Amino acid sequence: MDNELLNYTLRIADNSLILGQRMSEWCSKGPTLEEDIALSNISLDLFGQANGFYSYASQLDGNKSPDDLAFLRNEREFFNQQIVELENIDFGNTIVRNFLYDSYNFLFYSSLKNSKDDTLSALASKSLKEVKYHLRHSKNWLIRLGDGTEFSKQKVQQSLEDIWQYTHDMFSMDEIDNKMYKLNIGINNSHLKDEWDKIIDETLLEAKLVRPKDGYKAEGGKNGMHTEHLGFLLAEMQFLQRAYPNAKW
Amino acid sequence: MSENRTVWEVFIQSKNGLAHKHVGNVHAEDKIMALENARELYTRRNEGSCIWVVKSKDIISSESEDAEAFFDPSNDKMYRHPTFYTMPKGSKHI
Repeated sequence: MDNELLNYTLRIADNSLILGQRMSEWCSKGPTLEEDIALSNISLDLFGQANGFYSYASQLDGNKSPDDLAFLRNEREFFNQQIVELENIDFGNTIVRNFLYDSYNFLFYSSLKNSKDDTLSALASKSLKEVKYHLRHSKNWLIRLGDGTEFSKQKVQQSLEDIWQYTHDMFSMDEIDNKMYKLNIGINNSHLKDEWDKIIDETLLEAKLVRPKDGYKAEGGKNGMHTEHLGFLLAEMQFLQRAYPNAKW
Repeated sequence: MSENRTVWEVFIQSKNGLAHKHVGNVHAEDKIMALENARELYTRRNEGSCIWVVKSKDIISSESEDAEAFFDPSNDKMYRHPTFYTMPKGSKHI
């Protein structure tokens, strides 16, 4: 059981860390000063959440520190969903990815809050407040861009089409998910789908965008299967600890 | 994006019941973004419980050349200050 709980906790931690790292790439590159700070704040929130879940994972592991888990694992040992590792590309694309993921993350934590595992439940409650704000941020921007100019609309619609294939994995269930769900520790991801659809459809309607058709489903992130983007992200994020092991500030 | 951005003045209330205080300004396209930007820039260190944003252009300010007419007459009216009363012992916040 412990191994599965560890794995389940790492999936959550990895989602936060990898998206946090992606968002940190916006620091000093935001479209405006205010937005730069907003994007960087979101990144910091995610790092904070990751730290909480890694601390718990480290405790369950009994051997590795939270830093070991973040900086000394390889690509295939990361269990985040592929959607969070996708490149930012541009502001609109970042907003689309975040909106799709924030909507899920909001529902995920809302549900994980009721976990029988006290630590996961506490971490979920704490994260939920921040994620509510993240969703508000990405949702309002998507509406602005979708219902903005012809050019901004066309760009975010294209991003929706590009990223849609990565949304399916949010709702998939594998052996570990099922076991955690049976123990009332984890949640049933597929139960989030209806609520997610509702948030997405309402927002897209308001943003005057079109929901993409379901097609190819990119899956496997939570089992260590990733896009080519994760390796580059890890190379940059882990460089210092790899080149100078145990380096401290 | 930067050409048409409106400037908004930001007021933060630090605690329920206290007055909102002016803290600075932000750029934003609309009122929702103005509130969110104000939240990002001015409440990161737990400064606030409520935010007001007002378009800078909607604020009516007195002009500096009017300062004499506006403010000087109160200079020589000592009796407008409540300094002629003996304060009761123990009252600290008057």
